[in-house]
Amino acid sequence: MIEELLQSSPGWANFGIFFLLGAVLLLIVLGFVTYGILAERKVLGYMQLRHGPNQVGGKWGLLQTVADVLKLLLKEDIIPKAADRPLFIIAPVIAFAPSFMVLATMPFTDKFQFADIGVGLLYYIAVSGLTTFGMLLGGWASNNKYALLGGMRASAQMISYEIPLVMSVLGVILLTGSLNLNDMVEAQKHGWFIILQPIGFVVFFIASIAELNRTPFDLPESENELVAGYHVEYSGFRWAFFMLAEYVYLFAMSALITVVFLGGWLAPISFLDFIPGAVWFALKFSVVVFVYIWLRATLPRFRADKLMEFGWKVLLPIALANIFLTALIKSLFF
Amino acid sequence: MIRTEEMILNVGPQHPSTHGVFRLVVKIDGEIITEAKPVIGYLHRGTEKLAEDLQYTQIIPYTDRMDYLSSMTNNYILCHAVETMMGIEIPERADFLRVIAMELNRIASHLVAWGTYILDLGATSPFIYAFRDREMIINMLNELSGARLTFNYMRVGGVKWDAPEGWIEKVGSFVPYLRGQLIGYHQLVSGNEIFLDRVKGVGKYTKEEAIQYSLSGPNLRSTGVKWDLRKDEPYSIYNRFNFDVPTSEDGDCLARYHLRLQEIEESLKILEQAVEQFPGEGPIMAKVPKIIKAPKGEAFVRIESPRGEIGCYIYSDGKKEPYRLKFRRPSFYNLQILPKLLKGENIANMIAILGAVDIVLGEVDG
Repeated sequence: MIEELLQSSPGWANFGIFFLLGAVLLLIVLGFVTYGILAERKVLGYMQLRHGPNQVGGKWGLLQTVADVLKLLLKEDIIPKAADRPLFIIAPVIAFAPSFMVLATMPFTDKFQFADIGVGLLYYIAVSGLTTFGMLLGGWASNNKYALLGGMRASAQMISYEIPLVMSVLGVILLTGSLNLNDMVEAQKHGWFIILQPIGFVVFFIASIAELNRTPFDLPESENELVAGYHVEYSGFRWAFFMLAEYVYLFAMSALITVVFLGGWLAPISFLDFIPGAVWFALKFSVVVFVYIWLRATLPRFRADKLMEFGWKVLLPIALANIFLTALIKSLFF
Repeated sequence: MIRTEEMILNVGPQHPSTHGVFRLVVKIDGEIITEAKPVIGYLHRGTEKLAEDLQYTQIIPYTDRMDYLSSMTNNYILCHAVETMMGIEIPERADFLRVIAMELNRIASHLVAWGTYILDLGATSPFIYAFRDREMIINMLNELSGARLTFNYMRVGGVKWDAPEGWIEKVGSFVPYLRGQLIGYHQLVSGNEIFLDRVKGVGKYTKEEAIQYSLSGPNLRSTGVKWDLRKDEPYSIYNRFNFDVPTSEDGDCLARYHLRLQEIEESLKILEQAVEQFPGEGPIMAKVPKIIKAPKGEAFVRIESPRGEIGCYIYSDGKKEPYRLKFRRPSFYNLQILPKLLKGENIANMIAILGAVDIVLGEVDG
């Protein structure tokens, strides 16, 4: 349907439809962010012998995040006097906008996808890299030493991890023969890539945590060292934008892992096909999100220099070896 | 031409990882520290000066607030000093209660040290597990003394309250429980590669340096010096118990981490024996005059607190207040080596090193 609309000549009707679809996606994502944050707090709570939110919105704290966001809206918006004002204002937007842009190529089911472009995976990785600019700018514009260190760490981390991230999916691309995300899901009809590309998956998963700035790779905002890192001077809704970007990326990255390695909307066994693809997608997606939360509850933080070492000396060679191995097997047996 | 310059970074006094109001002025080149200068005194309350106007019993609550994670040992050091001056014999039951309370408090303090150390390194959950177990100790001490942190439990000549019904058994059953928990602690953290990466070989110093800088407690023992006042200058009834003094040869943060966990095990051994030998009945206070007056003269005593050697010097001119009171506060001395250790390290290591020293700011600032 979307394909046809894209082909048709521009007009108010298809503009309206696109606008509506965008709004639907926004609601889905914001819904995820609202309840993703709640789920994270609940899961962390139970892992840490606490209850998590349990007051606002019934005993499960269903409205806790809503209340938090409202509070952030009402907070005073502080821009430090010494800050670089225009950059300070634009940084959260730069961090946030790409996180939504990457969702356009994500095939949630075989029908629900906004842009089926040929280089979907490449697009995701390229656009998501832009967010680091937001962090770096935010850190620089704050004119705060902790923020500057956080921004520096963010960019150093991005360089060290984007490369293993790309290299680790090359194996999948070799097997699929395409960068298109739909083709990748179709190629997993007879076996998920998590089984066919276990090394690639592990490298990709580790690099993705670094990409998401989550524990154990939350160096840019490491609370115990840099207090809050790049967003230390941000308050109110500008701060919320950074956080929103983080959780939208959690959504996007979990979706990407589901699509690339876990067979997207496909059922694990073919006789379970009667269950709609959206349900399978949601299930796999939830498992990935849970693993991210689980890791956060368990692991201590990496040290900045060790992290670079790990990225360049461990992950990258493994990813390269994986490409070689995949290419070898493919050319010998297929 | 690219020009770089050093930046002065103020860590603290309000910072998540300085364990209180401790300020560290560091000069950094990128993330590498070229110079570190600790600034202390934000929590100075003048305990020693205040004590000069107070009667000995009135000073005890002030000692609670020095090392607030281990108030029992602080209570003890003051009572011990006055008792030494007056030559008071302590009833056996009171001595047992004191030792049990002090060892429980030592475990609680080390649990906080363990939990907050892992928290400093970025993992949040172990902190809460440590506090769960500490909470049980705090509850027990609460039943004993009526307070959770500032116990004010000991008096010159004995202890204020007798153990309530069934309390000793409760302590006895806590020992195997915590032993089980300790295994879990090791499984959760001790073997974690990221954790080892952060602490192994970090913040290293030698035996000679440790002695030169007057370090004590786990900070000293991590370099291989077997020095524990409970063994080497036994006070109270510690000579009745069988326990080891764990040491390590490495002298790094990992060694100090392991020593604290091993000391918990040794304290559990002491508790086990103390509960077994606990006298069924007897007085908990020696016969002491209503108004305590230390005889003219001076005394210095020292004991092993969880953080190291805590000492108390009293000069008395025969009145009911001390003429001069001085505490040797181990955290203050342990902190001295920090500028030397931090030179050339990066910011992440700074937190790891500071955490491993295990300071309590109430004690540093006095």
